[in-house]
Amino acid sequence: MSKLYTFLKYLAITLWSIFVVTPFLWALTTSFKTANGVTGGPTYLPWLQYEPSLSGWKSLFSGGGGIDIVKPYLDSLIVTASASVISIVLGSLAAYGLSRFSYRAGFVKNADLIFFFISQRIMPPIVLAIPFFLMLKWLDLLDSKIGLILVYVALLLPIAVWIMVDFFNNIPRQIDEMAMLDGCTPLQAFLRVILPNSLPGMIVAGMFCLIFGWNDFFFAFTLTFTDTQLLPVAVVALNSSVTPWWSLSASALISVAPLLLVAFVVERYLSHGTLAGAIR
Amino acid sequence: MSLQINDLTLAVDGVTHLDGISANFERGKLTTVIGRTLAGKTTLMRAITGLQHLDRGALQLDTQNFSALPAWRRDIAMVYQQFINYPHLNVFENVAFPLRRKKLDEAVIERRVRGVLDKVGLKGFEARRPSQLSGGQQQRVALARSLAREAGILLLDEPLVNLDYKLREQMRSEFRSLLAEQTQTIVIYNTTEPVEAMLLGDTVVVMHEGRILQVGTPAEVFDRPASMQVASVVNDPPMNFIQGHKGESTLELAGGVCLSLPWHLRGLTIGEYWFGVRANELRVGQTSVTGQVTFSEVSGSETFLYVDSPLGPLTLQVQGVHIHALASNLEIGIPAERLFAFESAAQRRLVAAPATGAQL
Repeated sequence: MSKLYTFLKYLAITLWSIFVVTPFLWALTTSFKTANGVTGGPTYLPWLQYEPSLSGWKSLFSGGGGIDIVKPYLDSLIVTASASVISIVLGSLAAYGLSRFSYRAGFVKNADLIFFFISQRIMPPIVLAIPFFLMLKWLDLLDSKIGLILVYVALLLPIAVWIMVDFFNNIPRQIDEMAMLDGCTPLQAFLRVILPNSLPGMIVAGMFCLIFGWNDFFFAFTLTFTDTQLLPVAVVALNSSVTPWWSLSASALISVAPLLLVAFVVERYLSHGTLAGAIR
Repeated sequence: MSLQINDLTLAVDGVTHLDGISANFERGKLTTVIGRTLAGKTTLMRAITGLQHLDRGALQLDTQNFSALPAWRRDIAMVYQQFINYPHLNVFENVAFPLRRKKLDEAVIERRVRGVLDKVGLKGFEARRPSQLSGGQQQRVALARSLAREAGILLLDEPLVNLDYKLREQMRSEFRSLLAEQTQTIVIYNTTEPVEAMLLGDTVVVMHEGRILQVGTPAEVFDRPASMQVASVVNDPPMNFIQGHKGESTLELAGGVCLSLPWHLRGLTIGEYWFGVRANELRVGQTSVTGQVTFSEVSGSETFLYVDSPLGPLTLQVQGVHIHALASNLEIGIPAERLFAFESAAQRRLVAAPATGAQL
């Protein structure tokens, strides 16, 4: 029974891995090919089946083949990193407040506030496009990195708050109290004791923010035009009739590279950080 | 030199937690606060720390108005019932944490932390994380942190309750020597266990439902409990209570049991009373009354018997291991000379007590 279960489990994992990894391998081989390799039928093994070339990767930086990906790449990094950092900082502070203090304004209590945050993500993004457009226009921030950062913070903050509230709720309140008895002001207790113990939560929240920010196409597309262009828009704008396949493949791979990096780092970290030993 | 608390009152959602508590805690004295769960012991401690908002009341340390200070300025060390440590810091840093907040010299911190870890028996564990320690060791870390502070007030909230029996016995005796060194400190120790209260306390405060019922030395509280409520809190198993009538020369107890009047009850006016007798003072085999065993449990060298009798339900604590079948008859002797007498009025105050064991 358990052997069969193990077998089926690994079978499922293997099939799914093949399904997920194959496009990447395909893009990887393609990115090292040239015209002969691409058009000569399906070939996979460099040197044996096709002559590898770095021209696809070189074209990313040389600007050949209609590719202009370096600036969008940097813009994407700046916008995503800024929006994520701001969201995590603000989100953690807000979440700590919601986790530790009771607010009441009429019938509105903590749980309602938390729901309010989450409810921002219930409607489809397209509903927000026009309001965001008008707001940024009024602020004169259309087609700018700062405008996009603001929009992303608005979208990422609910996720950060939601994850962090849950995380802080799982840290015993007695730890804050102990810190205060040990001479910390409430803010010091938060910074010196609660934050170090919620690093895993912040990393999870940060990962969500990075993935969302990096992948977002819709707002990057609707709220920017010429001065600012983020990577997803730039990649989509590449045209296969102008840009060679090997360059497209290379740009696709380099687009997902940061997320792969994040995933590996986070996986390592999450398996270490636990709260065990705080309280029994 | 003392901590005075005055009229501390707190009710949350209509439930009274503290009901006008006033008391005085002396420097260099260990006060145990005994009471059942939900008596308000922890709330009292939290009120002293400043972590608990109060409806009313004032705290004063010597001449300083304590109520105006936030928790982090009161310099109070507290050990919680749960083992609370900082999970992200190792044992050394856990103990050093409050000292670093005071910005003490690194050499002083080093000396104090090492000294106190040595005292609580955690030498060699400095680099471990709390999660790598056993429960007893974790509680020692918490204790070490509170001792290293050399704070003016040390609060211990049932610090041994989450430990296993053996460890509790061991740490209880260690506590006595550790706390004896705190000559300048006001030490308050919460407990539900009479033994602990009697063993550790210079003064015992008996709490029930947010009120202080009695304050006294362990002997006073144990030998002359102010009321039936106190008698039931400070005896484990609780004291047995029997309703009865004091006559000219007899005691007529419930269920038609008649005893000759003991000497120490002669001064009472004739009338209705509640009589109390400790579980370990009821005699098996003598025939004042016959009851049926409803439950019997052997705990180490003692046997607890729960009996239904014409006097009402009784609990007996008997030395040695005795096996009694359920529903079997048990002859029980009631030692008239060991009876406490409480008034039958609502407060159930003590009106007469037997001579103390030590014959003071």
